[in-house]
Amino acid sequence: MSGKPKLHYFNGRGRMESIRWLLAAAGVEFDECFLETRDDLLKLQKSGTLLFQQVPMVEIDGMKMVQTRAIGNYIAAKYNLYGKDLKERALIDMYVEAIIDLDELLMMYALQPADKKEQYLANIVDKATNRYFPVYEKVLKDHGQDFLVGNQLSRADVQLLEALLMAEEYKSDILAKFPLLQSFKARISNVPTIKKFLQPGSQRKPPLQEKDLPKVMKIFNLGH
Amino acid sequence: MSEKPKLHYFNGRGRMESIRWLLAAAGVEFEEEFLESREQYEMLLQDGALLFQQVPMVEIDGMKMVQTRAILSYIAGKYNLYEKDLKERAWIDMYVEGVRDLMDLIRVHHKLSPQEQQKNLALIGEKAATRYFPVYEKILKDHKDDFLVGNQLTWADVQLIEAILTVEEKVPTILSEFPLLQAFKARVSSIATIKKFLQPGSQRKLPTDEKAVAFTNRIFNRR
Repeated sequence: MSGKPKLHYFNGRGRMESIRWLLAAAGVEFDECFLETRDDLLKLQKSGTLLFQQVPMVEIDGMKMVQTRAIGNYIAAKYNLYGKDLKERALIDMYVEAIIDLDELLMMYALQPADKKEQYLANIVDKATNRYFPVYEKVLKDHGQDFLVGNQLSRADVQLLEALLMAEEYKSDILAKFPLLQSFKARISNVPTIKKFLQPGSQRKPPLQEKDLPKVMKIFNLGH
Repeated sequence: MSEKPKLHYFNGRGRMESIRWLLAAAGVEFEEEFLESREQYEMLLQDGALLFQQVPMVEIDGMKMVQTRAILSYIAGKYNLYEKDLKERAWIDMYVEGVRDLMDLIRVHHKLSPQEQQKNLALIGEKAATRYFPVYEKILKDHKDDFLVGNQLTWADVQLIEAILTVEEKVPTILSEFPLLQAFKARVSSIATIKKFLQPGSQRKLPTDEKAVAFTNRIFNRR
């Protein structure tokens, strides 16, 4: 009998957040096991449960899955968030991969030295508003449907909403020029499972605070 | 009527090489349009052919596909290199992603200064020998099949053999501790479509060098 999926990561967004979003959107309850210290990670590595010695790791359906994309693919396919055929899948993949690129940019902000942060932020805003958001605005405009692909909720919608909300944390009016993305944001936020996830007390994680950065760097042995 | 897939990239490995490998392994003939100038790249941009202003771009089945992994996934799915069973697919994805992490180290190698390259070489060797190749050696040891997943050639095998050969170009002795990977390499190299791709004159690209770096920097306007 399969129990709830169990997520192994530190208590923060990082690379696990999009997986939390997907599970939540699919209405799947999950447990979390947080790494608090470097020792926790080392123990996990020594136990042989991390295929490539890395987290995220998700215990699901008898597997100990690693690699964010692999986990995301599995959850999306299992819970019918991956389109109905190869071509819809292709569109979803294209949209999601670009969102992942944008997410990486956002994630790396916290690791920038203080004197580079302003420039980095400008780059994020530039890429978001000139490279990525116009594409999704146009997709929605061209087909006039509620969802990005196949007229039903897919992983692409979930990940786009996640990215839009994160981008707004960096610049609150970043969607000013994108009316369709604004209504998309409102609409998808209202999907019951997602609405629940957006409420306080859910397993959604807050942005990384400056004061928590040293702890995270230590766990992953970064910047030493 | 579908024509041959058409690949848009510069004349070098970069992010397109895995796509060339997969198409070749699937026995699919493809055409290539090489970006040789900034003007060509800008024309593609102006035509709206690059969804996120980036290459690789592959024209296939009426789509202009971008994003390397999306393209690879589509090819694998279409040409039966991607299991239909969800769990086997999960394993293929995990194995592919692991290999791609290793390949990322190599992909950027030529962009580094000679000093950084020395360090990177050591890192490639270390990660290949301690983090990645032991995993695939163990998989082959545990199930004793010829291929990584589902006892047939999949995207995972093609990605792995590309990685093995690419690492060997930098660290020739890398497989010395991995007898099953050596056998895997020999076996998969002799599959007809792959054997053909490994022969001189195929569309496989040579390792990237400094001249290629300067050239692509000009096209993509990098400093």
